[in-house]
Amino acid sequence: MDKADKVFKALADPNRRMLIDRLHAKNGQTLGELCKGLDMARQSVTQHLDLLASANLISVQWQGREKLHFLNTVPIHDIYVRWIGKFERGRLQALHNLKQALEENDDDE
Amino acid sequence: MMNKSEFVYVTYIRTTPQKLWDALTTPEFQKQYWFGAYTTSDWKAGSSWDLRFSDAQIVDAGEIAESDPPKRLAIKWRNEKPELKAEGYSLCVFDIEPAGEVVKLTVSHGMDYPNAKTIHAVSGGWPKVLSNLKSLLETGQVVLGRY
Repeated sequence: MDKADKVFKALADPNRRMLIDRLHAKNGQTLGELCKGLDMARQSVTQHLDLLASANLISVQWQGREKLHFLNTVPIHDIYVRWIGKFERGRLQALHNLKQALEENDDDE
Repeated sequence: MMNKSEFVYVTYIRTTPQKLWDALTTPEFQKQYWFGAYTTSDWKAGSSWDLRFSDAQIVDAGEIAESDPPKRLAIKWRNEKPELKAEGYSLCVFDIEPAGEVVKLTVSHGMDYPNAKTIHAVSGGWPKVLSNLKSLLETGQVVLGRY
């Protein structure tokens, strides 16, 4: 699979997007921390993390005995440049702001 | 639990370890992908290091903690803005590993305590710089001309 395909596929799942959001809120978490408060089996979380890692959206580092997960935003940035940046960023931002103001949507925090 | 502030960025680049090392350590090359910024250092462990904007203003300064060309480079890195300077040194590590036909570049930048402003400040910049670096090495052109 093409690298960009992998990233889009990884981002297509709401649980995986939630894991990305959780790492954005707090980077460098263990599997245990990431599972906390989730209505998802530990094994499913592991599978989602593996898929995110194969798309290079997270990177894993061992620190002592702990396996920590880090959000890797480089592929998201590449997509931004390739698929969003070149299509009239200014107007898209204005529309986004309007939608956010109307819906009081804080989904992108 | 991680009692540190850290970012780990990974990118795969179609190039050789030596070319990547040169791109990371050569001012004329850096200016092309780092939005005009460049470093001064002789890249030997213990030597001084700084990062300057295109107008030669020093933005970050420190020293080379580890240098093993073309595999690993670690920089003790301190932002010169007063509120960030007070936080002390961060450590920025570049690891270069061959991965089949490409080279894996891992940039980890961290500090030994949680919620460091220095790390927050650099977190947004690295993906842009790395995108440009990858594009420059693979195609000879950068994707973003402005920061």
